Amino acid sequence: MSHVELSNIVKRFPGVTALKGISFDVRDGEFFVLLGPTGAGKTTTLRIIAGLTKQDEGTIRFDGESVDALTPAERDTAFVFQQYSLYPTMTVFDNLAFPLRAPSRRLPEDEIRKRVEVTAEKLRISHLLDRKTAHLSGGEMQRVSIGRAIVREPRIFLMDEPLSNLDAKLREALRVELQHLQKVEGSTTLFVTHDQIEALTMADRIAVLDLGRIRQIGTPEDIYDRPADTFVAQLVGTPRINLFPARRENNHLYIEGSELHLPAPTLDLPERFTLGIRPEDITPSPDGAFAGTLQITEPLGVETILHIRSGERTLQSLIPGMTDLRIGDTVRFDLVQDRLHCFDLDGKRIN
Amino acid sequence: MATFYETGPGYPVTESIRVDRVSPTARRIHAVRAFVVLVFAIITLIPVFVMGITAFKSRADVVSVPPKIIFKPTLEGFVFLFTERAVVSKVRLPEFQKKAEAGELSLFERIALNTGQEITGPSDYVDRLKNSLIIAGISTILSVGLGLFAAYAFSRFPIGGKDDLLFFILSTRMLPPVVVTIPLFLMYRQLGLHDSHLGMILLYTVFNLSLSVWLLKGFIDEIPIEYEEAALVDGYTRFQAFYKIVLPQAVTGIAATTVFCLIFAWNEYAFALMLTSDDARTAPPSIATMLGRGGIEWSAIAAGSLGFLIPVVIVTFALRNYLLRGVTFGAIRR
Repeated sequence: MSHVELSNIVKRFPGVTALKGISFDVRDGEFFVLLGPTGAGKTTTLRIIAGLTKQDEGTIRFDGESVDALTPAERDTAFVFQQYSLYPTMTVFDNLAFPLRAPSRRLPEDEIRKRVEVTAEKLRISHLLDRKTAHLSGGEMQRVSIGRAIVREPRIFLMDEPLSNLDAKLREALRVELQHLQKVEGSTTLFVTHDQIEALTMADRIAVLDLGRIRQIGTPEDIYDRPADTFVAQLVGTPRINLFPARRENNHLYIEGSELHLPAPTLDLPERFTLGIRPEDITPSPDGAFAGTLQITEPLGVETILHIRSGERTLQSLIPGMTDLRIGDTVRFDLVQDRLHCFDLDGKRIN
Repeated sequence: MATFYETGPGYPVTESIRVDRVSPTARRIHAVRAFVVLVFAIITLIPVFVMGITAFKSRADVVSVPPKIIFKPTLEGFVFLFTERAVVSKVRLPEFQKKAEAGELSLFERIALNTGQEITGPSDYVDRLKNSLIIAGISTILSVGLGLFAAYAFSRFPIGGKDDLLFFILSTRMLPPVVVTIPLFLMYRQLGLHDSHLGMILLYTVFNLSLSVWLLKGFIDEIPIEYEEAALVDGYTRFQAFYKIVLPQAVTGIAATTVFCLIFAWNEYAFALMLTSDDARTAPPSIATMLGRGGIEWSAIAAGSLGFLIPVVIVTFALRNYLLRGVTFGAIRR
């Protein structure tokens, strides 16, 4: 396993610059997640690390040594593709053995057999070894495809949205397994996803990528509790963070288009800014300081989302369990004052 | 170290549920379709059937009106096809009959004698067939092999002016080939390629190359590039990935292209007629020239055509599984 470091990677495609100077590093044994919407450049980044695409500028180092001149085979990474990419003419066994049979490795056949069986055991696909891959279910295919990566000891695992083609149940199950596997093996993993839940649940650290630029790098707590800008704030967390234009007047914060106002925290705030409130920080209580009308409730079982109208603004509030509030009721609520997020008009966080 | 069973969910989730069922309507449509195909096949096979029976008819039966379905089969056509003959003069006839009674004549000689002829030597039909096999076989292998590499390159690599190049390759097919026979004839004579196997192999290879590049490019485009990329990451070189991953999946396309190229090279008539005379003459023009000798030998022509069909039928038959798989190619989930 290796420490992988990207510095200032730039990649241009005809008509578009996909990566505009990306720098981050994945530490030895770390589960690093690259999170971003479609078209952010996540897959391109992975492909550049694997050597499948060449960057226009910048350097990639494995354990301090530049790998820019190396072929994909020489870089010794393992890639798990979104579309499984199992070799359709081969059995599951042959698929798993394929990387070990590469002429550059040349392992003896009984060693290959042993390793494939151990891997199949780990992923619980031992019963599938003789099957052709075309007849597997989606979950089985992705297991085999992960198996093909872990059967050898690559310097880094590169996973390109490996769970996104699976249905919800499978995705959850495999996510837990993958996380477990990574922790047990202590493997360096770079995992690409557009799913914030995957990112928050699995990552040791997250890099948020948008339009070829890194918005923020940090632990899941950093990303969730201290988003660097409104983009990151909106990307993570469901339901979405409430964002309102606000102004400061005489040590009070006013939310535009609503009668909500509260004492200003001890921040050096500009006159106009954007106020962000996480839905779970809006807590209904009978003697709350603020009031609004309940518009919609979305009961999810474990928790319920309340849409509370105040003036022209609708606030989403997340409460545990179910509620007996009715639509149209007046709701009183409090805001968790020390968890407010303030962003300047360009979207940057104000501390 | 904690095992998965202590930390993960209780049992693996690996299956999703799917239902595959054929409705009665679909089954009925299937039956109708099978019937239509059968009728179509029968209509298509009638000329082949007529050719087959004609090969075994005597001269008289061939030209009888209405055509006979039931007749006494004879190998006359095959004797005419495989031998050169001369008319036996009346003086020598008794001598031959005596030999026949003594059992000194072979089957072919006896059949020839029945039509009043003696065999003077073998015909060149077998040599022509051999030429056809060599020329069509080698040119097919060359055009499919070269086409495969070219198609792979076109499909996978960013080649400057790719679209224009592909257009140019196809443009060699845009005029009727016969138009260039005269210039080709002159060029071939200058180069010493006239009536040589090499000349014909080159010609057919070049001709088929455009077809094979285009066909194979289509098939290779269908193979997702991720397979090769996976192989590259797994420690293989580009060529090893091509050999181990692309080739097995392109088998359908290669089989189809092979059949098309073979059929073209095997059946080609005009160039063979113009550019060969003896050493490298292929079967198609030589069967046609059988028309020339003392009336039309329909049974010999039919027998020659029958023999001519056999190699292509064998190859197509051998590759039929791959060709059929080509039809269902789109049904494979990727």
